Amino acid sequence: MNWLDTVIQGTLLGGLYALFAMGLAVIYGVMKQINIAHGDFIVLAAYVALGIVAATGLHPFLVIPLAIVVFGAFGYFLQRTVLNRTLGSDILPPLVVTYGLSIVIENVLQQTQSGDPKSLKLGSLETASLPLGGGLAIGAFPLIMLVTAIVVAIVLEIVFNRTRLGMAFRAVSDDREIASIMGVRDRRLFGYATAISFAVIAIAGVFMGIKFTFSPSLGPNFLLYAFEAVVIGGMGSFWGTLAGGIILGIAQAVGFALNPGWGILAGHLVFLAVLLVRPTGIFARSA
Amino acid sequence: MSALLETQALVAYYGDFQALFGIDAEVREGERVALIGANGAGKSTFLTSIAGMRKSAPESIRFDGSAIGALGAADVAALGIALVPEGRRLFPSLSVEENLSMGAFNRRKGPWDLARVYELFPVLSEKKNAPATSLSGGQQQMVAIGRALMANPRLLMCDEISLGLAPAVVKEVYAALAVVCGEHGVSAIIVEQDIELARTMSDRAYCFTHGTVSLAGASADLSREAISAAYFGV
Repeated sequence: MNWLDTVIQGTLLGGLYALFAMGLAVIYGVMKQINIAHGDFIVLAAYVALGIVAATGLHPFLVIPLAIVVFGAFGYFLQRTVLNRTLGSDILPPLVVTYGLSIVIENVLQQTQSGDPKSLKLGSLETASLPLGGGLAIGAFPLIMLVTAIVVAIVLEIVFNRTRLGMAFRAVSDDREIASIMGVRDRRLFGYATAISFAVIAIAGVFMGIKFTFSPSLGPNFLLYAFEAVVIGGMGSFWGTLAGGIILGIAQAVGFALNPGWGILAGHLVFLAVLLVRPTGIFARSA
Repeated sequence: MSALLETQALVAYYGDFQALFGIDAEVREGERVALIGANGAGKSTFLTSIAGMRKSAPESIRFDGSAIGALGAADVAALGIALVPEGRRLFPSLSVEENLSMGAFNRRKGPWDLARVYELFPVLSEKKNAPATSLSGGQQQMVAIGRALMANPRLLMCDEISLGLAPAVVKEVYAALAVVCGEHGVSAIIVEQDIELARTMSDRAYCFTHGTVSLAGASADLSREAISAAYFGV
């Protein structure tokens, strides 16, 4: 077994988990809400992308911009019409409502798309790789996945730290009441945050659909990976979330290398170890 | 002078508990009004009601002639009503400069911008990139006042801005406030525990007792005895 290769593969896989996690981190960061249906929306995005590919014959990568727009608008609409109604001092309503959405999405997909595994096809890019020397090679697609995750982290960092919108996001997260007396319209702002989250979900869904064969029931697994990556990295910056995804990816790859049954378990163990040793996450800014 | 802000029979509740029992008060254009009274008399509730942080009957609060009681906080802010809240409530995730910029979120036109605020409080420009909550209490209060000024308000409401500050800093903060009101014709409501300070800083004063106005008048005419009597509701 080649450990370097294992770590590289894990890092690349971690890019996908970071994409899963960053959408979750946006919503949690701004609204302190957990979207239980997050993983199901990722699966839904993959089916939507599959539908667009089937209808237009476009390459899956070219579907991404369209998926971002469609899902971003959907996220805004969902927040304004449904999720804003669950906001308040009680943390339970958003959990229950998004849990309900999770069940609805999974079952609608089962009914309309069947439980058969599907996947998005990349063509020749699927097997292309870059030789690194020493018998190592990096797959072109996993590399694109990791680079995409890094680009998404950079964009989110810029939006949150360098723009007026991001400043309002952080202010609302700190103190919703005081932000509103500054003129921030929080319900609309929450719509924008969910739109951004869903844009990231769209990207994550397309990459997931290429990387894995997917079926309607996978959502809760993806939610768990996303959640673990966010907790490992810690709240406060998207770099932390990116690192959390990569650490989770490496842990799973190393686990798989030791024993094919241990991969997912190894990821959970690292997550639990971080919770024990540093509950705020490895890269958390002081909360 | 016409009334810029007028409340009529303004009431407020926290659940079953009634905090305000029909407040009639007014603030004229360019006037500084002090609110005095014991803890729990309803002063902060009065301010948060005006700011739209709690909903009131539409006609119970009028600003510049229109009924604003039912407006949300963001809509009230857009009219030019700014609050320096009790306990400052700066945004801990934001730098000093970002906190100030949040005050200008509405983009209301007027004399106040970052440069003017730094001119008023030079110490803030040295610390503009520091997290707001890393500053001393007095400096944080300056940020809170600066943040409210950045809104270019027509009515500035200050809730206990002297609380927990050293006397020298209190003097500095109130001197700045006098400049703001004097030079720019901003109207102000000042909640202040220190009765002497409240009297000298204001044109008129209202004394609140158990959610009602127990005494009102020109600050210069109110005797210490009358205020004490009203203060304790005897």
